[in-house]
Amino acid sequence: MITRRNFLKRAIKGVAGLSLPIAAIGILSPKRLLGAGSDKLGVRWVFLVNTYKCVGCGLCVKACKTENEIPYDANVTRTWVERYVITKDGKRWADTPKGARDGFTTSKIDLGLGHFKEIKADDIEKAFFVPKLCNQCDNPPCVQVCPVGATYQTKSGVVLIDRKWCIGCGYCVMGCPYGVRFFHPIYHVADKCNFCYHRISKGLKTACVEACPFGARQIGNLRDPNDPVTKIIMTERVSVLKPEYGTNPQVYYLGMDEFII
Amino acid sequence: MKSHVYRPLLIVFVLIALGFTARVFIVPKDFGIGDRGYMYSWHRKSNEDEWKAFPVKYNFNSKDCSDCHSDNYGSIMGSPHAVIKCENCHGPALNHPAEPPKLQIDKSRALCLRCHYPLPYPTSGRSKIKGVDPITHNPDIECSVCHNPHKPALESMK
Repeated sequence: MITRRNFLKRAIKGVAGLSLPIAAIGILSPKRLLGAGSDKLGVRWVFLVNTYKCVGCGLCVKACKTENEIPYDANVTRTWVERYVITKDGKRWADTPKGARDGFTTSKIDLGLGHFKEIKADDIEKAFFVPKLCNQCDNPPCVQVCPVGATYQTKSGVVLIDRKWCIGCGYCVMGCPYGVRFFHPIYHVADKCNFCYHRISKGLKTACVEACPFGARQIGNLRDPNDPVTKIIMTERVSVLKPEYGTNPQVYYLGMDEFII
Repeated sequence: MKSHVYRPLLIVFVLIALGFTARVFIVPKDFGIGDRGYMYSWHRKSNEDEWKAFPVKYNFNSKDCSDCHSDNYGSIMGSPHAVIKCENCHGPALNHPAEPPKLQIDKSRALCLRCHYPLPYPTSGRSKIKGVDPITHNPDIECSVCHNPHKPALESMK
């Protein structure tokens, strides 16, 4: 039977329980990762995207597909660039034709299924480009759901996929809140950006970072306090995509906008 | 005491034992819990090396290109196109000139239009790049017929 006393007790417990996860999940915590680098040789790869610098040329996508042997004409890509156009009447338009593999060479917004939307220059309030790639989350939801241990996080934070071990169940493709995973058309296994693991482990930078003429993309080691990328993340106003999911993504953005999804 | 349970139970135990035996042979020796624990790095360790061995294609060090192509390197470095790495237009060239001995240059109009299609976006750097309308501006010829991509200034047109 519910008495007044019982009701109050339960209500207090309930409210305390509900408020706990919000306090427990650090939404943006690069400091914690930096602190984890007590051993000086530690590496934690992170990415910094400066959306102010991106002009939507798509050379990053082209270089990524070539470097990582992603079939060029298949409609899958490890990185892509999104275009956002916000008109003065408050409407939001976004597209990424072929993942911007060929850049944006028309002012028409690709609505899909062969439909396009022409927006007059005078109607535009703001418009910008946002490069996207795997966030190499510190709590990767795609890894948790893998039933066979085919996808995993390395010590340096990069999430890799074991092509021999993947059974192609697709849980990880569903589990990623950022939609970065897809099926590789040749190997028929899950695939996604791995920060060009073969390049960064040799001391090279990723193909997309190198291909970008405008310096919109940068890769760095968050455990190195002198790394220029670490300095920006620690001292400037950066944000991450969908922090409310608790995935602790490690691709930081400068110039984020509320419209970016 | 005899019971109808024992025989099927034995079969179940044998099957479980077979499963465990098969597991010993099927699961690779290096399969286990990695650096981030069971939840995030339950994997086959040697796969990390397999990914490290994935072939690199792009060099992206324009200085290496200048060793042989110093004239082209010098001309583009003095232009606004200096920010564009050689391989963005000339293609991946890590082992050039051994393989490929000759690079395939992308001279398509589409390549130039990636930046030079005019998009009037006030809050993006794109609007600050000079653009042309590809439909009205000499639509049938490659840009490089008139413009030198290494010296894009209009005064140095071919």
